[in-house]
This record gives sequence, structure tokens and C-alpha cells, in this order.
Amino acid sequence: MQLSTKHLLGIRDLQPQDIQIILDTAIQFKEVLQRPVKKVPSLRDITIVNLFYENSTRTRISFELAEKRLSADTINFAASASSVSKGETLLDTVNNILSMKVDLVVMRHSASGAPHFLAKHIPAAIINAGDGINEHPTQALLDAFSIRENLGGLEGKRIAIIGDIMHSRVALSNIYLLKKMGAEVMVSGPPTLIPKYMEEAFGVKVEYNLKKALQWCDVANVLRIQLERQNQVLFSSLREYNLAYGVKRELLDSIGKEIILMHPGPINRGVEIDSDVADSKQSIILQQVENGVAVRMAVLYLLGGGKVQQN
Amino acid sequence: MKTILTEHQLDLTIQRLCHQILENHLDTANLALIGLQPRGVYLSNRLARELEKQTGGKKLDYGILDITFYRDDIREELHLANQTRIPFSIENKKVVLIDDVLYTGRTIRAALDALLDYGRPSKVELCALIDRRYSRELPIQPDYVGKSIDSIISQKVRVFWKEKDDREEVVLM
Repeated sequence: MQLSTKHLLGIRDLQPQDIQIILDTAIQFKEVLQRPVKKVPSLRDITIVNLFYENSTRTRISFELAEKRLSADTINFAASASSVSKGETLLDTVNNILSMKVDLVVMRHSASGAPHFLAKHIPAAIINAGDGINEHPTQALLDAFSIRENLGGLEGKRIAIIGDIMHSRVALSNIYLLKKMGAEVMVSGPPTLIPKYMEEAFGVKVEYNLKKALQWCDVANVLRIQLERQNQVLFSSLREYNLAYGVKRELLDSIGKEIILMHPGPINRGVEIDSDVADSKQSIILQQVENGVAVRMAVLYLLGGGKVQQN
Repeated sequence: MKTILTEHQLDLTIQRLCHQILENHLDTANLALIGLQPRGVYLSNRLARELEKQTGGKKLDYGILDITFYRDDIREELHLANQTRIPFSIENKKVVLIDDVLYTGRTIRAALDALLDYGRPSKVELCALIDRRYSRELPIQPDYVGKSIDSIISQKVRVFWKEKDDREEVVLM
């Protein structure tokens, strides 16, 4: 049994069955993480390089832990502390690393499509850990895993993705995944942060009124306002954004039902979500982080094992 | 295709295995049964139920173990994992590993590695319904055997269980 793909470049290229296999395998890895010895020897002879051309805390630590828990050898690479600052190209850097016999590349890059470019030019398997505003597949997988864990499934469930849809790779990966698995998806946020034709292109509902979106959904996935990717003024101030689109206690109390709250992190407290809400019992934000390691172990195991690498 | 054990013989064999385990472990408080996924679990379910009956309904430490992540052939073939559930500590316990067919011994090697990640048992024993002797690739021998058979590589031993296959017998194919 194997995934239909050699790389994990995005959810877009996955079959529903691939997603099912990854999520089911992650359940078993979550059990591994509860054991006295939280480590299995599965990837003992595999070497993985973590190529991070863009800052990351959660994702990098999560991948690194997942690799170590699978007994893989890991190399960490941060662009800021490397020869990239001397002008080396992406392909040169990676080819140099690969000549040291590396099997898997985990990569984050600020340019959309960077991992796809690499996949065409190098023999190693590539896992996309976030590329520009395109996709962040492991985040969508861990979000789906967390929803499944709390609601028992994905099919027919209503998920609202709230906030900066325009600049969010988390949103895009989530939309692909949830639609493939039969969930209903709605995006909500200010019109300036929601691309046009979302309904036609992805079959998702668009709702500019936050309260209505919250009333509709079972799960609200609140996204971070990505100021670093916005080069024009799309709303007047963070305070105004918080007033119109911040998830607040009074608002949640007024919708007459209990929904589950998610956030991919890092949180801008008091902007897209208020502090007391983020720390409340409804929020499964830390559970998402915990599940992230199990889901990434599943992806690494499924792509690292089997007859994939033949250099 | 040749029947090795009929349904009736299988039933008697399970009863005997149960008595043999009890002979060696009079105090079941320190005993833990662990069935190996996927097909050893049908046998271990049966043995656990039988042992509880024999000891007057005393609760027994019983778990199931999947060894997929410990296999030595991951580079050749990928297997999907099954559930592992060991809801007790195996520290200083006497563990009996249970599988349906003992063949090369590689599964048991992996199971021993997996088991040690849960703690340090004081003793580990092995119970197999069918022992395909002279086929071992590792120095592993069972402590409790339902039936030993001689077979060649091209043959297959298959245990059918009511819960899964709607009939109960052991055949050599």
C-alpha cells in the first residue's frame, strides 16, 4: 500500500484515498507518542534535510521532532545562516546537499511553486512545508486530523475559514482537502482579503458577515493576518479589523451553539482572535500542534519507506 | 490444500494452550497477554477470554501490539499500520506474546523491539498456534505451541477465524 505520489507538494495533487491513508497512519503514530519510549526505528537509514528559506517555529520544530521520533538523520538549514546570503541559487544549494546522499527534503520557501520547481530537477522526495501563498499541505492534514478527532469525521461537516484568505496557504490547502473529503467550506473576512471568484473556482461559500459565518459552521478555523505579505493597505487598522472580524466571547455567546475553534498559529492575540477565546475550552489550538507531529510522522513514513528512492 | 486443524481440534488446542499458560503462571496478577496484529489478535482474544473464565473472571492484563513501524523491510515494501493498545504498564510483568503462525521469526524480533519501548518486562514468552519449524531465519523459539508442522517455502499456512472468515480451521496451501 502506498501513496499515489512520490512528493507531497500540495493537497491539490492528492487523491482522497491518499488523505485517508495519511490520516489513518497518523492515528497509530499518535499512539506511539503516548508511549514511555516515543520513538520507532522506521526511518533508521533515511537522511532528511529541513530547508527553511522562511522563518518558522512550529512547523520546523514539528518536522524535526517527527523526523527524530522516526529515527531518521536530520540536517537543518536556515537560509539566513548559509551560503544563500553569498548568492548561491536554490538549485545549486540543493544539489550540493543531495550529493551528500540525502533522501528527503522538507522545504519552506517564500516563493509559491519553489518545491514544484525542485521536484522537477532533483531525485529526492520533497515535502512542502509551505510555499509562498500557495499551499501548506501538512497544516491542512493536521487540521483535518484534529477535526476528525473532535467530530468523528469530515464528510458533511461545516468548516468556516476566517480572515486573510488572500495571502493564506493554509486556507488554500484546507479548502482543497476539505472539499476532497466531502466537507462543506465557507470563507469569511473583509472583501479586500477574499479573492474574487472563490465560489466559482473552489465551490466554497463566501460570507462577509462574521456572525453569520459562525452561526453556519461546526468548526471555525481562524487565520492569522499576514502583514508581512501585504504590500498595500487592505484594511485601515488592526483595531478596526479586530472590531469587525475578531472572534470575541460576546459574539460566540450570541450564536446559540458551541463551535470548535482552530488557529494554525502564530496567533496575533487581540487581532483575529481575542486572548480569552484562544485559551478557552472551545479552542483546540494546542491539540492541533500536538497532532502536527503525528501527522508529519505519517507523511514522512509514507514517503520515506517503500521503493521510492532509487538514486 | 490440506486441513491441519479442524474447528473442533482448534478449540481443544486453544483450551490446552490456556492450561499450559496457567501452569506456568499460577499468579495471573503478574501476567500480561499481548496479541500481535493483525491476525494474532483473533487467537489472543480467544485465549484472553478463556483464561479469564478459567481464573473465575479475574481481570487480566491484555493488550494488542502492531509491529509495522519496527519491520526490517521498510525500504522494500511499505505496510500500513494497525492499532496498538496496551492500556497497562508492562514493567516487571511476565508477558506472553501471541501470534497465529510462527515462521521466519522476523515478526517476533520486531515485536520484542516494540515491546521494550513500553517498559522492561521481567520475562517474555512466546505462544504460537502453528509453528512452521525448520523455517526460522532468527534464533527464536516458542514456549507454547498449538501444533508444529513441516512445510516448504512455497506453501502457506492460513488460520481462518469465525469472526473474520465465517469458518474456523487451519489449512496448509
